[in-house]
Parts: sequence; C-alpha cells; structure tokens
Amino acid sequence: MGLLAMKKTPRRSKEDKIFDLINIFLVAIMVILVVYPLYFIVIASISNPDMIYEGKVWLLPKDITFEGYQRIFSDSKIWLGYKNSIIYTFVGTLVNVSCTLMAAYALSRRDLYGRNLIMFLFLFTMFFSGGLIPTYLVVKDLGLLNTMWALILPKAVAVWNVIVARTYFQTSIPNELLEAAKIDGCSDAKFFWKIVLPLSKPIVAVMVLFYAVGHWNSYFDALIYLNNEDLYPLQLILRNILIQNEASTQMMSDIDSLAAKQRVSELIKYGVIIVASIPLLVLYPFVQKYFVKGVMIGGIKG
Amino acid sequence: MSTKVDQPTQNIKKAKFKKLLNNYQLYLFLLPALIYFIVFHYFPMYGVIIAFKDFIATQGIMGSPWVGFKHFERFFESYQFWSLIKNTLSLSVLQLIIGFPLPIILALMMNQIRHEKYKSFVQTVVYAPHFISVVVLAGMIYVFFSNNGLINNFIMMFGGESISFMAKPEWFKPLYIGSGVWQETGWAAIIYLAVLAGVSPELHEAAVMDGANKWKRILHVDIPAIMPTAVILLILSVGNIMNIGFEKAYLLQTPLNQPSAEIIPTYVYKMGLQQAQYSFAAAVGLFNAVINLILLVAINKFAKKLSGQGLW
Repeated sequence: MGLLAMKKTPRRSKEDKIFDLINIFLVAIMVILVVYPLYFIVIASISNPDMIYEGKVWLLPKDITFEGYQRIFSDSKIWLGYKNSIIYTFVGTLVNVSCTLMAAYALSRRDLYGRNLIMFLFLFTMFFSGGLIPTYLVVKDLGLLNTMWALILPKAVAVWNVIVARTYFQTSIPNELLEAAKIDGCSDAKFFWKIVLPLSKPIVAVMVLFYAVGHWNSYFDALIYLNNEDLYPLQLILRNILIQNEASTQMMSDIDSLAAKQRVSELIKYGVIIVASIPLLVLYPFVQKYFVKGVMIGGIKG
Repeated sequence: MSTKVDQPTQNIKKAKFKKLLNNYQLYLFLLPALIYFIVFHYFPMYGVIIAFKDFIATQGIMGSPWVGFKHFERFFESYQFWSLIKNTLSLSVLQLIIGFPLPIILALMMNQIRHEKYKSFVQTVVYAPHFISVVVLAGMIYVFFSNNGLINNFIMMFGGESISFMAKPEWFKPLYIGSGVWQETGWAAIIYLAVLAGVSPELHEAAVMDGANKWKRILHVDIPAIMPTAVILLILSVGNIMNIGFEKAYLLQTPLNQPSAEIIPTYVYKMGLQQAQYSFAAAVGLFNAVINLILLVAINKFAKKLSGQGLW
C-alpha cells in the first residue's frame, strides 16, 4: 500500500491535494471531539472542584488535588464492587467462551445431522424474544435471584458470537485435517481440544474479550436480579454514585456542610469514572486488533 | 415380499442412526448451548402467554386464569399509549437517520488517509468510546451537562445562558442520540473500512487513468463497493427499531424529562418489575416485540424487491 501510494504522489493533482488537506483536517477535528471529553474527565478528577465550577479548567488541571481518589480508594463499597465485578467477569467469561466455542464448532461441522434446524433455533432468538418479564420469571423460578448465577446463566451464549466463531472454524480448519485425524482414530472431542483450539487462538481471544467487556460493563442484570448490596458489581455502585447522586456516606463521613459535600461529590464522580474504566483503558491499545478482527469475521457472513 | 422393498430404506435409516451415533460427542458439545436457549429464550417465549392471563405467582403460568386481550386493551386505552409510541418511534427513527450514514462517511474519510501511522492512530482513538460502559457514559453526560458542567461553562463563556439540560424534556433526544453518535460511530465504521480495504486497487488506478479525482473516485468506486454491506446493516437496524437500547434511556431519565424520555422498554420495566404488574408489562413487551418482527419481515421483503438482497 505504502509503495503504491508513493508512486502515485507525483500524479496527485492540485484538486486532490486540497481534498487531502481538508480530509486530514476534518478527521483531526473528529479525533479531538472523541478525545477531549475523555481527557477532560482525567484533568477534572485531579483539579480543585471550585475551579471546574467556575469554568477555569480547560486544558490543564488547576490546583491539583488527589482528595477525590483518596476518598474513593478508602471506600469499602468500591473495593467490594471491584472484587465482585472481577469474579463475575472471570466466571461469566469462562462459561460464555466454553459454551460458545463448543457449540460453534459442532455447528461448523457439515456432517452434523440437523445443524440447520439447530442454527435456526439459535438465530430466531435474535429476532423475537419473550421479553423482560417472562425472562425474569424464569430466572426467579430457577431460584437464581440474588446469586451471581443470575448475571451469568441468562447471558451464557450470544448468538452473534456463535456465528462469528462458526464462520472462523469453517474457513480456517481444513477438512483434510479432520479426515486425517479420524483415520488415526481421533475422537471429535480430542480433535477439538488438541487440534482445533490450538489453531484457533485468535478467535478464542476475540471471544474472551467480547464477553469479558460485556460482563465488566453490564449493570442492568444486576439491577433487576440482585438486591443484596454485598453482591453489587462495580457498575451498579457507579450508577448510584454518578446518576443517583448517592456518593456513599462512608466516603464523606467527615464532611458536615452541604456545600462542601456537593463539592467533593463532583470530584468523586470524575474519579470513579476513571477508576472504573482503568482496566479497559490499560488493556485496550494491546487488544484492539482482536476486537477489530472479531467484527470483520462476523461481517464476512453478515 | 415387503422385506425386500424395505431393505434399502432400513439401510438408510441405519446409516443415519450410525451417523448420529458417530457424532455423539458433537451433540454433547451442543448440549449446554441448546439447554441455554431452551431455558432462557424458549421458556420465556412460552411464558409470554401470561400476557393473556392474570398471572398469580402461587398458581404458576398454567394455573393462572385466562383473560384474553384485557391487558392489551388496557394498554391501548391508557393515556400514556400514544406518547409512549411517539417517544419510542421518534427516538429510534432519529437515531437511525443520524446514526446510520455517519459511520459510512467516517469510513470513507479514514480510507482516504494515506499516512499509515496517522490512520492507525485515528482508528485507535475513534474505536475507544465503544468500550465505555453505559453507566459511565450516562455519568459523563450528567457531569458535562450539569448546570455548572463543561458545556454550560462553555456556553456562558460566550455570553449565553446556562441550560438545565437534564431537566428539559426537549433535550433528552439530542443527548441520547448525540452520545450514541459519539460512542458508536467509530466502531460502526470498522466494517465499512474492511470492505473498502478489499476494493481492488486496479479499479482506482483505472479511474485515475480516466482522469477521476479523489472525490469522483469516492462517488463512483468506493460508495458502490460498500452499498451491499450498507443495505444489510440498514435492514438489521430497521428490524431492530423498537429494540432501542433502554439501559441508557433508563439512566438518562430524570423526574423532569419524563414526558419525552419514557419509552416502551422503560415503561415495561417500571410496570413489571417495580410495580409487579407482570401480566400487563408482559403484554406491553409482547406488543413491542411483535411490531418489531413485523417491521423486520416487511423491510426485508422491501429490500429484496428493491435491491435483490435480504437477510433470508
């Protein structure tokens, strides 16, 4: 690509040069529109809230203070939420990935009798569902309310991910491999475990990442299925702080005046946004390419 | 006599059975997912019959008495019916009209960047918001659009009046859609970018030979190349038009913006789970799901007629 572009350079007309210039400029504006809100959260979380209030914080933090973070990190609820979210994400992703990959592999095998019917059963759920209330009643009847399984089992398999993984298996595991293994007396399970999985590391990574982000970011299941605060994942605790304005009393127990509380609660809000997003922000640049790969594999089949 | 005739069919049956038996491990592989879909998707589809019953928890789904269309009638006659329909439809239609073309434009623009490093930097940046949780996104909206937040400070810097965004019904839709555009445009562009990367360079070279400038090549080479993908994605989003992401809507609701922020899914949640009117809420949810299915089938038929491609 690079070579091709260079060869073309002398042929670039004046029109095209202007086009390129405008294009680069417009894209730069878009990048700023995306980055600035995120950047502002970072500088606001370490600025004196009065300065933000008066509109004096724009490009650099003012009156740097770490009071917000100190209060956040001294709060046991945040830590508990962190711990819960890590457990749910880990166990949930394990369940998701094993169910999805096994089903996707079975469905990728052309010699599987009835696979179209089963695929249809799966796909149909993408377009029609019983809805919130009947699903809630099933979860309730199974006795899953107020357990971590209420967050994991009802989301065990995402149809879209089955399609992505199935497409991958179909296009990247040559049939000859299976035939050769069969002649050697290799069973399907052994073949999947010893040959398919090692050849499918990228798709395993894609699945792990898609599911893990989903678990880490979800709040709604916890909202409807849990009412024991000790089980709350981080996102639900965040929601109470950010949206319900219920910064936990523990965080501000030493402050008396309402105005000061208001002030600190703003600082805490900026801080918790950062604290909750840190794991993703740190990992994101390294794993970005896997996400993109996942979207593209899914896109081939559409 | 008949045994002779039956022999081949029996053999076929035997062969089929043998095939099933040979693949038993594959069926075991399928089992967890199959159980999952039956329990958490097909049971609820059966459970939706409580929409036609007065659900009494102690009597279960089967034991509760039938009431026909009572709950549907109550919903259609309720004073909120038309405002719910209006809010849900206008929010999702607006989201589609604004949100659908933007990723295409962004992809076309990113595709024109010749500097590879700049391009991959841009990609990394614009994909990032996709990974922000909906709670954090809503929290960002609250802090940015509060009375002394970033946006109002900006407005006041230029001598404008501070606006209470979260308290005004008319601001709910712009905030909802704008934040969606901010979060998802980059991510949605990936697929178009991938298609554009697959366009044969020869096409472009030939166009250059014919004296086409960049703008013309976008119009006559790039856009036709992504059309098929765009049509499929358009069908999918129209088919999901009533399935508006209600997690965000619920978080952005305040007591004051309710008149425009209450949409069918949030109404179902409040009626069903907060007020425990299971049957009524199930009826409203079913109404929504059926409209959605009809829309999907209709748009698919329409697209097939128009462009010859559809989902099935």
